[in-house]
Amino acid sequence: MRNVLKHLSSKDKRGAWIAFVMLAIVLLVLPFFTDALFGRGWVRIMDFALLYIMLALGLNIVVGYAGLLDLGYIAFFAVGAYCYALLGSPQLGLHLPFWIVLPLGALLACIFGVLLGAPTLRLRGDYLAIVTLGFGEIIRIFLNNLNAPINITNGPQGISMIDPIRFGEFSLGKTHELFGLTFPSVHLHYYLFLLFTLLVIFISLRLEDSRIGRAWMAIREDEVAAEAMGINTRNIKLLAFAMGATFGGLAGGLFAGFQGFVSPESFGLTESITVLCMVVLGGMGNISGVLLGGILLVVLPEALRHGSGPAQQLLFGKTLIDPESLRMLLFGLALITVMLWRPAGLWPSNQRRRELVAENDAAHL
Amino acid sequence: MDTLLQQIVNGFVQGSVYAMVALGYTMVYGILGLINFAHGEVVMVGAMVAMSVIHLLIGSGLPPLLVLLISLIISMVVCMALGYGIERIAYRPLRNAPRLAPLITAIGVSMVLQNLAMMFWGREYHAFPSLLPNNSHRLSGAIITEVQILIVLIALGMMGGLLLLMHRTRLGRAMRAVAENPSAAVLMGVNINGVIAITFMLGSALAAVAGIMISANYGIVHYYMGSILGLKAFTAAVLGGIGNMRGAMVGGLLLGLIESLGAGYIGDLSGGFFGSHYQDVFAFFVLISVLIFRPSGLLGERVAERA
Repeated sequence: MRNVLKHLSSKDKRGAWIAFVMLAIVLLVLPFFTDALFGRGWVRIMDFALLYIMLALGLNIVVGYAGLLDLGYIAFFAVGAYCYALLGSPQLGLHLPFWIVLPLGALLACIFGVLLGAPTLRLRGDYLAIVTLGFGEIIRIFLNNLNAPINITNGPQGISMIDPIRFGEFSLGKTHELFGLTFPSVHLHYYLFLLFTLLVIFISLRLEDSRIGRAWMAIREDEVAAEAMGINTRNIKLLAFAMGATFGGLAGGLFAGFQGFVSPESFGLTESITVLCMVVLGGMGNISGVLLGGILLVVLPEALRHGSGPAQQLLFGKTLIDPESLRMLLFGLALITVMLWRPAGLWPSNQRRRELVAENDAAHL
Repeated sequence: MDTLLQQIVNGFVQGSVYAMVALGYTMVYGILGLINFAHGEVVMVGAMVAMSVIHLLIGSGLPPLLVLLISLIISMVVCMALGYGIERIAYRPLRNAPRLAPLITAIGVSMVLQNLAMMFWGREYHAFPSLLPNNSHRLSGAIITEVQILIVLIALGMMGGLLLLMHRTRLGRAMRAVAENPSAAVLMGVNINGVIAITFMLGSALAAVAGIMISANYGIVHYYMGSILGLKAFTAAVLGGIGNMRGAMVGGLLLGLIESLGAGYIGDLSGGFFGSHYQDVFAFFVLISVLIFRPSGLLGERVAERA
């Protein structure tokens, strides 16, 4: 970012600043605007969109930068969410504060990531895909069954009455009056999630241009060549995996605090695929693309949910296909079509674009 | 002692199903070097199609064995067409693409198949009609049904046939040649695209048979049955050494035994903390352990090379 700004002339720089300030204002007033125009339900959807974007950005590090296919990414989300739920609910009678539980969840997810990655990352990428797929299922089996003989996770019923996110006396679970404005709970969560999303974006951006980021991309393009250049491929891959897991755990903790309820239902394979779809559709390895993919794949299914029922009523006189399975079918089709015809995604990264141009030039010679 | 023998019998039956599915993974892996993620869904489609055909024919007064045979053939044909289609759409265009691309399309295909099946056959568990007389025999304390005996016999027969095909026929030689070195195989006049398509079709036909066998054994069919079965069969293939056909057979049987013995005794071993509903977890721990200690599998010759 800074490099880009340096190259701009002072006039362009002012333009960039104006655009930046405008964007900030839009993001700040967005919840009030949405609330007034579409109703509070959509602010809630925006909150979930931010959580999913955080997940997608985390997965982008693993799949987009390092080129490692993780099919059980939601398991790390589950680890973070359950960590928060167990340590901040009546389930175990613990009510640890938010600022301890959230980092703990992220750390735990990171540890799981390392444990899972260490044996598999020595091998080819396909093994990682299937091991992570298995891990996702296993976590769900454990969450479902660890209610007997000792009740830890409360089984399929899940854990409810989770403490809201609270800073000292300021609870995000209640409506607050600040600066003469009324901030309902969903609005407050929106700002918190926005803050975390920006943090994740910032970290991703800095990583992309760093030595580590370039090492990841080198591994993605050609692992043998990367190793020949002196990159410790195993450790660097492990770092990508652990970092992705950490972001997943972080988002999971926020999810538990926001929702107030977690159950194994929320952490299935379909959720992993949804996040993967965001990354692939938007553009692997490109942050703007991932943001676009995340927003599209949260908003479109909502529109589908509201639109497909009436549309089918109109066409066939009854609801033939429920929107949920239609959504997953379309996600599957999207994965196939994007890979076949637009492998770099809807919004390819600059580097990919440069590569394609370079290839074309070479072809003309 | 009785339970031990019973668990071994159950494990052997289950294992022969795993072995059949694992063969599909290992054949494709041996030739293309990639995991066909959609393979588990092919098994599911095979079972679903067979169920529908049986329901259609069961009132027609044909002898049950003939109905079963017809449904078997139809579901094999459907699955072979499906396997060909998957190869054509999801893999062939991406054969020279980066490794990540075919993996992602395979996931896409698997999602599409699963959700199409759900729309077509519904979300609920279906009962798989039992056509064969379900007599059971006592084998010094253990009970084995005739269906189970048939499953093991068919599995052994098909695996034997496959080995003969691979080692005694021209087609088998071509398949082994492509697996060994595709470019050299082309120079020797092997039609690579044809061989790969046939490999997918063979694997899918085996998957159809396996799907029918597993549904006949448990008596239920479900649109979600493919993914966990696929995961286990893949584990079996890795356990035996992926790319190695004998390995897939051994790995399948072994995994079936591990699972059924594990599920049978985990309750006693852990003092009642873990119950038999952790059965699905064993395959995963087997997979991780193999990857840590012997990535090339039991019968694999080569250490898995890097990408």
